[in-house]
Amino acid sequence: MGVEGIGASVARKEDKRFLTGKGRYTDDMSVPGMKYAFFVRSPYAHARIKSIDMSAAKDMPGVIGILEGKQLQADAIGNIICGWMIHSKDGSPMKMGAWRPLAHETVRYVGDAVAIVVADSLGEARDAAEAVVVDYEVLPAVTEAVKALEAGQPQLHPEAPNNLIFDWQLGDGVAADTAIAEAAHVTEITLRNNRLAPNPMEPRATLGIYDSAEDHYTCYTTSQNPHVARLVMSAFYNVAPENKLRVIAPDVGGGFGSKIYIYPEEIVCLWASKKTGVPVKWTCDRTEAFLTDAHGRDHVSTVKMAFDKDNRITGLKVDTIANLGAYMSLFSSAVPTYLYATLLSGQYAIPAIHANVRTVYTNTVPVDAYRGAGRPEATYLLERTMETAARELGVSPAELRRKNFVRTFPYQTPVIMNYDAGDYEASLEAAMASADWNGFAARKAEAAGRGKKRGIGMSCYIEACGIAPSAAVGSLGAGVGLWESAEVRVNAVGTIEVMTGSHSHGQGHETTFAQLVADRLGIPIDNVNIVHGDTDKVQMGMGTYGSRSGAVGMSAVVKALDKVEAKAKKIAAHLMEADESDIVIENGELKVAGTDKALPWFQVALAAYTAHNLPAGMEPGLKEGAFYDPSNFTFPAGCYICEVEVDPETGVTEIVQFVAADDFGNIINPMIVEGQVHGGIAQGIGQALLENVQYDPQNGQLITASYMDYAMPRADDLPSFKLSHQNTPCPSNPLGIKGCGEAGAIGSPPALINAITDAIGNNNLTMPATPQKVWAALNAAN
Amino acid sequence: MYATNYHRASSVQDAVKLKSEADEGKYLSGGMTLIATMKQRLAAPSDLVDLRHIPDLKGISVNGKSVRIGAAATHFDVASSVELKAACPAICDLAHHIGDPHVRHMGTIGGSVANNDPAADYPAALLALDAVVVTNAREIKAADFFTGLFETALEEGEMIVAVTFDAPAKAGYAKFRNPASRYAMTGVFVARRDDGDVRVAVTGAGAGGVFRHSGMEAALAASWSPDALSGIAVDPSDLLSDIHANAEYRANLVKVMAKRAVAAA
Repeated sequence: MGVEGIGASVARKEDKRFLTGKGRYTDDMSVPGMKYAFFVRSPYAHARIKSIDMSAAKDMPGVIGILEGKQLQADAIGNIICGWMIHSKDGSPMKMGAWRPLAHETVRYVGDAVAIVVADSLGEARDAAEAVVVDYEVLPAVTEAVKALEAGQPQLHPEAPNNLIFDWQLGDGVAADTAIAEAAHVTEITLRNNRLAPNPMEPRATLGIYDSAEDHYTCYTTSQNPHVARLVMSAFYNVAPENKLRVIAPDVGGGFGSKIYIYPEEIVCLWASKKTGVPVKWTCDRTEAFLTDAHGRDHVSTVKMAFDKDNRITGLKVDTIANLGAYMSLFSSAVPTYLYATLLSGQYAIPAIHANVRTVYTNTVPVDAYRGAGRPEATYLLERTMETAARELGVSPAELRRKNFVRTFPYQTPVIMNYDAGDYEASLEAAMASADWNGFAARKAEAAGRGKKRGIGMSCYIEACGIAPSAAVGSLGAGVGLWESAEVRVNAVGTIEVMTGSHSHGQGHETTFAQLVADRLGIPIDNVNIVHGDTDKVQMGMGTYGSRSGAVGMSAVVKALDKVEAKAKKIAAHLMEADESDIVIENGELKVAGTDKALPWFQVALAAYTAHNLPAGMEPGLKEGAFYDPSNFTFPAGCYICEVEVDPETGVTEIVQFVAADDFGNIINPMIVEGQVHGGIAQGIGQALLENVQYDPQNGQLITASYMDYAMPRADDLPSFKLSHQNTPCPSNPLGIKGCGEAGAIGSPPALINAITDAIGNNNLTMPATPQKVWAALNAAN
Repeated sequence: MYATNYHRASSVQDAVKLKSEADEGKYLSGGMTLIATMKQRLAAPSDLVDLRHIPDLKGISVNGKSVRIGAAATHFDVASSVELKAACPAICDLAHHIGDPHVRHMGTIGGSVANNDPAADYPAALLALDAVVVTNAREIKAADFFTGLFETALEEGEMIVAVTFDAPAKAGYAKFRNPASRYAMTGVFVARRDDGDVRVAVTGAGAGGVFRHSGMEAALAASWSPDALSGIAVDPSDLLSDIHANAEYRANLVKVMAKRAVAAA
């Protein structure tokens, strides 16, 4: 089964339906009697609601119902919560202000939902929404986190004085200060990690169906984790008990983190379905997505990195202010803390690290995990600092990194993480060879002859993914465990369904998970179906984010397969009158090793279900489940090298070469891994060159609310990527695999900015490095 | 989109009549701006009068130096016209770089000119080519036609029938795309007539829409080469500033794009 098993670039089983328009997304779902929702949203960034007048709107054509926040509160629907508790360094818990699914007292960002209109058609719902008269008392707004902490700024939540949510620290401040005081050289830099909108191809949507006969709810939704959605909507939002709530996330067109969270719309549509007696569907339009999908990044950090006289890093001190927007989204508190500061050792042995993080409310949409979530911020910070240090110290960027690499494993960093395996030198060497690093000077000279400024930059990233050991994250404040589940159901004819708690929204699980089964049992992948995304079909699972489906989700499948195999071997041994320990599974057969005795896989499965001749005491059937709780994160790492040419007349940056050398451990499907890296790098290049969410600092209006103003990377913005893989297998999971979904977005931005700043001879450049900024920086340098 | 009434006009006369009978009617050509605006509920015409099927508005004709482009000619039509390419390749090149293939097969020259988006490409071409906008009522010189941001000399009910101009001796267009929208953040069309007269028209950059740059025109009239523009300073004071580009950067782009347009001519 080499052509379909682990390591084979099998074409994706799911692509036929995606490419032929046969995917079934939430907005494709239709049920009898279904009506359409439109949300009345705040046009102001900050305002007090004085009154809501629905009288005119209620009489408009097609209107079935209009519901507001007071009714929601009267029905005891809960506020939206953040599921990860962080304590400030003074021991106080984070200051979580109320996020009502429908605001009825105060709105805190443009797009905050105020009422839902349900009507026969979307047009009628929208017409009526325009006729809902909300009387606002407009309040001053603040959109920048640094400013929001200053005295005299607008206050968002009474629970959080000065808009400060928490003031948290990690590491040893005294040791870091001492290292800096005693350093031979200190590199200091201030960095801004620009705010991004996630932009999945499929906008969010939900269909809430209340069945009054059964007192049961069904929620179709664009979710990366339907079971978590069910749990949270049941346990915290009081929508319905879990056994009365089915959540289905069918085909989902990308998430990048933004579809982890439970948003107001799912809650409100389910509730509205019960209130109005009709199924209620809501589909987001693109501008609504810009306004209401959780954004990513938005950090401002100051960094001090200390070196001894031999250019070894002796200490690192980081102060970060993170914008969390108007409310705390589900995992918002974890992103700038345990997904960020824990990675500040990078690939380097740094004896003393201290990070201080303040998170801040502003009048902007909530900020939460977006592809990489904390790790791109850490990598950008470290790799920009390393590059800057190399320039200040007059040493080559590769040499500075080499000198400081962690080289023995396991390696305990001063910031919680315990790196299990890696070979950073190998990726650096591979990347430099692929990029022809040594030939750069000649290429630069040649480019200069054409009037172009050529630059080269590298980034050595490490990230922690495959989240995560449940007890560890529990001790750090997580409200949930981060294990995964699987059930392997062998049918009587030997075909297989795998129920996984992972959720595919583009990653290709239907192929890779089937490859794993095919590899183990030697049956064709067409005989294996992967079932996910429906809480009625699949046992409790934790979903897909943090590059966890391979390392955690597939490990659960491995555990379930172990049990299936063990039982199948018992049956085969019994039928062939052999010793169980002599049974091997090869090419779709169970064989007695060293003999010509064999039974086809399907015959053993059939025997399990006919139960005519099973070992004494064995239960019929062949179906096993497993829960897998990882013992550690996985630590993908690699080296990215970017080469650019800047047009000095216009400031336009052309990426002339992009090399990625990644260590993802063992790889199931190289083609899919390459696709993940390509997409990640594209998003990283988007962040570095193009993308930037901008709010008007005066009134909090979102300026970049459409593709007319928010620049997404297009194919012609991107070069062909040169990829290679190094392999140090992950020791903590049975397949030896590491996550690959986020690495591209994590490793690429600093490589690009390091290259551009090298080209223009000015290190003072912020993301996105737009032509105007590059042109201005170039002129300032000359 | 709010409900609207759709009419397909069969002739210019029919179109004018249909619009005059409507409460708040709008001519619809390619719809590349109007439909998007309606979908955002920022425009709510009671009636749409579709001009795309009027035979008189179609077609491109070239007689010697004299060019006539029907108002309903799509950007694709303009980009791919063999006759036009022989007479004035610069305008074909311009049309070929508007939007994407979908836009180029729907959007029309008449619609673009009537809309006068300050970042549209055609206004620069018409101004530099000293073109004439032919309407159902009169002929309007391009210099008199474009009157401000999204403003034109068109009267209520008046519709564009064609655009005419004499093919230049040399012409070129260079644009710097907005990284997000890919509209012209600055576009410069340069044209030199057989008599040596030079026009340089700038779109995407002017606070008041498309404009001519007399300093560059004089320099190029004296010497038709990119280097002739090296000494020219572009005053940023009347240029647009937005989140993508400030006036100083646009001033730089005006000069750089003008040089590249001359080089391409």
